[in-house]
Amino acid sequence: MSALAPGFADPPLAAQACFRRLLEAMARPGTVVTLAPPPAPPPLAPAAGAVALTLCDADTPVWLDAALAVPAVLDWLRFHAGCRIVAAPEEAAFAFAADPAVPFDRFQVGSDEYPDRSATVVLQIDAFGAGAALRLEGPGIERAAGLHVRGLPSCFVAWRAANRALYPRGVDVVLVAGRALAALPRSTDVTEG
Amino acid sequence: MSLPAYSFAYLDEQTKRMIRRALLKAVAIPGYQVPFASREMPLAYGWGTGGMQVTAAVIGPDDVLKVIDQGADDTTNAVSIRRFFALTAGVRTTERTAEATIIQTRHRIPETPLAAGQILVYQVPQPEPLRKLEPRETETRRMHALAEYGLMHVKLYEDIARHGRITLSYDYPVLVNGRHVMAPSPIPSFDNPKMHRSPALQLFGAGREKRIYAVPPYTDVVSLAFEDHPFRPWKAEAACGLCGATETYLDEVVVDDRGGRLFVCSDTDYCAERRKAGHRGAAAGHALAAGEGG
Amino acid sequence: MYVAVKGGERAIAASHAVLAETRRGDPAVPELGVDQIEQQLGHAVDRVMAEGALYDRTLAALAIKQAQGDLQEAAFLLRAYRTTLPRFCASVPIDTARMTIARRISATYKDLPGGQILGPTYDYTHRLLDAALLEAGEVPPAPRAPEPADAAMPRVTALLDQEGLIRRETGDRDAEPPDLTRAPLTFPAPRALRLQNLARGDEGFVLAMGYSTQRGYGGTHPFAGEIRYGTVAVEIAPEELGFAIEIGDIAVTECQMINQFAGSRTEPPQFTRGYGLAFGHSERKAMGMALVDRALMSRELGEDVTAPAQDEEFVLSHSDNVEASGFVQHLKLPHYVDFQSELELIRRLRQEAEARLAEPSREAAE
Repeated sequence: MSALAPGFADPPLAAQACFRRLLEAMARPGTVVTLAPPPAPPPLAPAAGAVALTLCDADTPVWLDAALAVPAVLDWLRFHAGCRIVAAPEEAAFAFAADPAVPFDRFQVGSDEYPDRSATVVLQIDAFGAGAALRLEGPGIERAAGLHVRGLPSCFVAWRAANRALYPRGVDVVLVAGRALAALPRSTDVTEG
Repeated sequence: MSLPAYSFAYLDEQTKRMIRRALLKAVAIPGYQVPFASREMPLAYGWGTGGMQVTAAVIGPDDVLKVIDQGADDTTNAVSIRRFFALTAGVRTTERTAEATIIQTRHRIPETPLAAGQILVYQVPQPEPLRKLEPRETETRRMHALAEYGLMHVKLYEDIARHGRITLSYDYPVLVNGRHVMAPSPIPSFDNPKMHRSPALQLFGAGREKRIYAVPPYTDVVSLAFEDHPFRPWKAEAACGLCGATETYLDEVVVDDRGGRLFVCSDTDYCAERRKAGHRGAAAGHALAAGEGG
Repeated sequence: MYVAVKGGERAIAASHAVLAETRRGDPAVPELGVDQIEQQLGHAVDRVMAEGALYDRTLAALAIKQAQGDLQEAAFLLRAYRTTLPRFCASVPIDTARMTIARRISATYKDLPGGQILGPTYDYTHRLLDAALLEAGEVPPAPRAPEPADAAMPRVTALLDQEGLIRRETGDRDAEPPDLTRAPLTFPAPRALRLQNLARGDEGFVLAMGYSTQRGYGGTHPFAGEIRYGTVAVEIAPEELGFAIEIGDIAVTECQMINQFAGSRTEPPQFTRGYGLAFGHSERKAMGMALVDRALMSRELGEDVTAPAQDEEFVLSHSDNVEASGFVQHLKLPHYVDFQSELELIRRLRQEAEARLAEPSREAAE
């Protein structure tokens, strides 16, 4: 094994800082926040790596798509987060995907009694501020918010509508590009705008 | 033998991750109670352990923390919790609502309107709004799953039939985001309207009952009512004796054993700021004003 | 009154100082050592370890000293410390068949392999205050059996099992057990989780619940199949080693109650077992726990669930004295905001009621 890339330099403080920005993003869908992540092993985006280090551990089964499930990423996640990597998207509490062909329909959506027992999907995109325009409405948004995203899977908006219809069940999405991050909780209505 | 050095903000990192995951799910499903593996805190259950765990999972060295109990910064339990975070997280504390980035509260929402970027953390004794009507968790969970809130409406309607009005005056249930009925914690119903579409993020922690829930900014929070019996929050019909405010929630203070009463703002920061700005009530200069911190 | 509640930091500090003084008592009396508590108040230490859910005699003794002998407060101190400790792994299940026995009795067989061993017990002491203990004194050495206790001391339930008369326990021995300190309790709760809850539960509560089943609230016709107390080895099996290693010994009390079961469509009549286990020497706790464990099996056995002790949501939600004590005592905290809103409400309702009552007389006067 070649030298492992470092994780958080000061885990309690770095995880807290990352979590607060993530919380801000989840509470205000469409808000793009910038993290101060450690250099994650490619092709894992630094922001995706920071989310993993902040939220994942031995209690959270993690699924990676084929693009991300490379030894450098697997070793890094196992070493720094101690998380269990699972082969099936159905088993994942957290899913990380870089390939646009995301198996959205296979993630846990929770039950009516426990809608929180659902997956959080961290989706790597090309960039914020360019590309397709999304219009967002729902909790956390005063009236409507706009978000420009380049590199979103083509089925995304249609899948979001289906996901929204399951409410309060559903999958929550975190979009990442480089060091930047935005969140689309299940409660957000996403349309092309 | 030696005892351990405690972590930043007391909780270990694994516990913080667990609480943070629950918080994000709570924000994603406004008003839904997320079960979490609440820890024993060095403070008794019922004394704010839920709020403290939420604050500990959220707080960072740049935060400015305000802690209130019954609207006051210097009640003993608020002092005790504030000191806990000053010691374990080394954060700056304040009594000014406007200066705080995180406000942990028991039983009140500050009178000063909250701003975007602020986080209000509620201490919650009983997170289940239906619990007084149905003691079984298995039953109430099913009711939330089906959005079957008939029981609550029957209870409110019986109130009206018997008393001509709804007789809940605190912990008055609300409907969040049009989907989940939620307990606002035992704040007076006077405070309920402040939750509706607030620009601040509202987080709720119930330690003993092991639940976390949330209301994101700009989310609909509607107090339950009927069209012909609309929601009516109320307060004592008086003005604050110290600062003269008429729009605030008031504490009633017994000043003698002959029926003497003095009404004063429950929000000590708000009252002190008004007095600083020159507002005077009918009992200005009363010893109560001197007892307050500032 | 108002000022008293707004005591602030100085009042808290003063309260802590007077508490420390009260705890110490008369300085002319020698201070109690933690070692004295550990050695001479063993049952208190055992109870605090059980309800504090942490096996550490010295820390339990320290907690008892710090709490001035308030055992619930001591258990809380231990819990609040326990929660900061990292969780490394689950041990291999302890094997009480291999216990180094200090006491072992069965109420179901007159004699049995290994014999009845009375050991240290208050059972046959006459409860007469012993004035001799007012003074310090030497305790004469106790007589010991010339031979060590029989190494083979099979459990009574295993004897019944040979005949196929007791319901087999199912479950995966190697599976990681659930842990209610790591995941919140949900219902229905599996038996392992119920047992964990009861093992941490308040002795008084568990005792009263068990007692209620004997008085007819969900009766289970119990026999004390066996109660044993002694030390057992704790082993862990680290994944990288591939075999178990011993990490220490703990003292435990185990109770296996044998109860009737009338049978069901799929199972013949047979005995069932209620199980109790407590840290240290705590027979009352282990026996109460075994009764409640059996009562909580009612649902799985297809029996009617009618009594409080059979209602898992009721029992498991109220067994924890750290939770119960905290919530009952939180009523000491100021509630004047809520009280004020109730005060206003009552005044309004009374005004409205008086107005309604006044109306007919006004009509009559007109």
